[in-house]
Amino acid sequence: MKIRFLCMVAAVALLGACSSDDTATQGGAATATAPTATAPAKPGVVPGSQADFVANVGDRVFFAFDKYSLTPEGKDQLAKWVAFLKKYPSDQLVVEGHADERGTREYNLALGERRANSVKDFLVSQGVQATRLKVISYGKERPAVLGSNETSWAQNRRAVGVVQ
Amino acid sequence: MIVKMLRYVAAMAVGAVFFGAAARAEVVIDITRGNVQPMPIAITSFAGSGAQEGQIGREMAGVISADLERSGLFKPIDPKAFIQTVESLQVQPRFPDWKAINAQALVQGRIEQTQDGHLRVEFRLWDVYAETQMVGQAYNAAPQGWRRIAHMIADAIYKRITGEDGYFDTQLVYVAESGPQQKRIKRLAIMDQDGENHRFLTDGQELVLTPRFSPNQREITYLSYFQNNPRVYILHLDSGRRELLGDFPGMTFAPRFSPDGNKVIMSLAQDGNTNIYEMDLRTRHSTRLTNDGSIDTAPSYAPDGSKVTFESDRSGGQQIYVMNADGSGQTRISFGDGRYATPVWSPRGDLIAFTKYKGQEFFIGVMHPDGSGERLLAKGFLVEAPTWAPNGRVLAYWRQTPSDSSGRGGATKLYSIDLTGNNERQVVTPLDGSDPAWSPLIP
Repeated sequence: MKIRFLCMVAAVALLGACSSDDTATQGGAATATAPTATAPAKPGVVPGSQADFVANVGDRVFFAFDKYSLTPEGKDQLAKWVAFLKKYPSDQLVVEGHADERGTREYNLALGERRANSVKDFLVSQGVQATRLKVISYGKERPAVLGSNETSWAQNRRAVGVVQ
Repeated sequence: MIVKMLRYVAAMAVGAVFFGAAARAEVVIDITRGNVQPMPIAITSFAGSGAQEGQIGREMAGVISADLERSGLFKPIDPKAFIQTVESLQVQPRFPDWKAINAQALVQGRIEQTQDGHLRVEFRLWDVYAETQMVGQAYNAAPQGWRRIAHMIADAIYKRITGEDGYFDTQLVYVAESGPQQKRIKRLAIMDQDGENHRFLTDGQELVLTPRFSPNQREITYLSYFQNNPRVYILHLDSGRRELLGDFPGMTFAPRFSPDGNKVIMSLAQDGNTNIYEMDLRTRHSTRLTNDGSIDTAPSYAPDGSKVTFESDRSGGQQIYVMNADGSGQTRISFGDGRYATPVWSPRGDLIAFTKYKGQEFFIGVMHPDGSGERLLAKGFLVEAPTWAPNGRVLAYWRQTPSDSSGRGGATKLYSIDLTGNNERQVVTPLDGSDPAWSPLIP
């Protein structure tokens, strides 16, 4: 029973991720925002779950090349994260920081950590308890979108929220 | 860059002429020259006292030939052209036979089994035109150690003819890569520098990056995402034991051993700030060496341990710095156009190798520790993270091809190149590979 439930959630999460990436590849560099932010609620999604977060809030924000400051679009997006986290106070959030492939491995690890902390700092400034947040950097190790071009790179310079 | 390179070559060529005059009738390769004609060398099968030794003797000649050929400095002559037989060579080289096929140097050897079942390997290096023996040495080893003896003999030949220490009796540790880029599987792997004796050190369950050897090669320090906690570990090769290094309040990464093996230097990222720390492996006491709001990472010790080079973006973009080993005297040394990263101090102390990113291209280059004399050796869509062979004459690094949106491309491969910028070669690995680290000469 429990196992079946988990599978279902995982399948929904996977769908969400796929659709977000498909949309993402069409987005421009500067205008990149979380594509699923305004998607309508999907049936079968557990409120407060990662699937809910991906489908109805939007799980990522984007950064300019070699930058870790939040864009205005990013802050708008993170305001939705704050509302979600306040609505589901038992949720914990892991903030992943990522970089595009145009940089050296070790620097990109540090850059991803900076980006994840930019998000964390913003969430804390908006009243989310720091103890609910964890950061991790993947540097350039986990691209969301393939392709050695600016459109893909813009989608890979990101911070992603993962609800626990 | 080309102009600089030519000047370098010209200066070195003058040195070569002088040296050549002083050492007449000596077979010599000046490897500081830009583009050396490889020296024709005849490497004969080592004669064996029995069938098994004969087989090993043939394989040893093959390993020695491949090592010397790969250096780009030697051109082993096809054994089919040899006139004198291995048997008659045991009595005395007939030098006219070797001059006839234009061999400048001749290598011969003999393998016997000792009473305790070991191999005794003798080899001689002859100067064909001077008709003199340049090296004669004997080695003892267990039968399965024949490959290492072959590499040691290749090192002895290289050293005698170039005047520089060899680098063939060494290993590479690197990150073996497989699977799609979004969820790439990465495993630590180790192999001899010629690709033999390849084995995986981790199982791919967790992401691992940037392995580096300890000076005695029995440990490897690296970054592992074990339990989704990116931290620096030490892997003890003899026991297979993995050890978490320190208890830091954030991600630790970019580790390297000190030249005496007593310390590991690395970065700690915490609250959006990355600084460099040094941990004493005996006391487990850690010391912060940099303290500013920028990304300070990729530290590497000078071979005498007195200084550290590292990269920092404190000036705006990534640049290379040098400081004293206690963190004092932090000085920027790179001022060229572009970003400079991953500085690695040469084992000879005279150069720092780096990755450079300018425009849309990456480069592997070297500069002096004071920042002068920058030379770029390799370039590409992505070339990254040079590592030095122990003689400071050859570098390895990794190269990635661009990918398209369906995931084609994106291959990562290891390469080596001469300090002169010549003889770039792929280091063949079973899977894709990145983050190579060259071992010191095996003790």
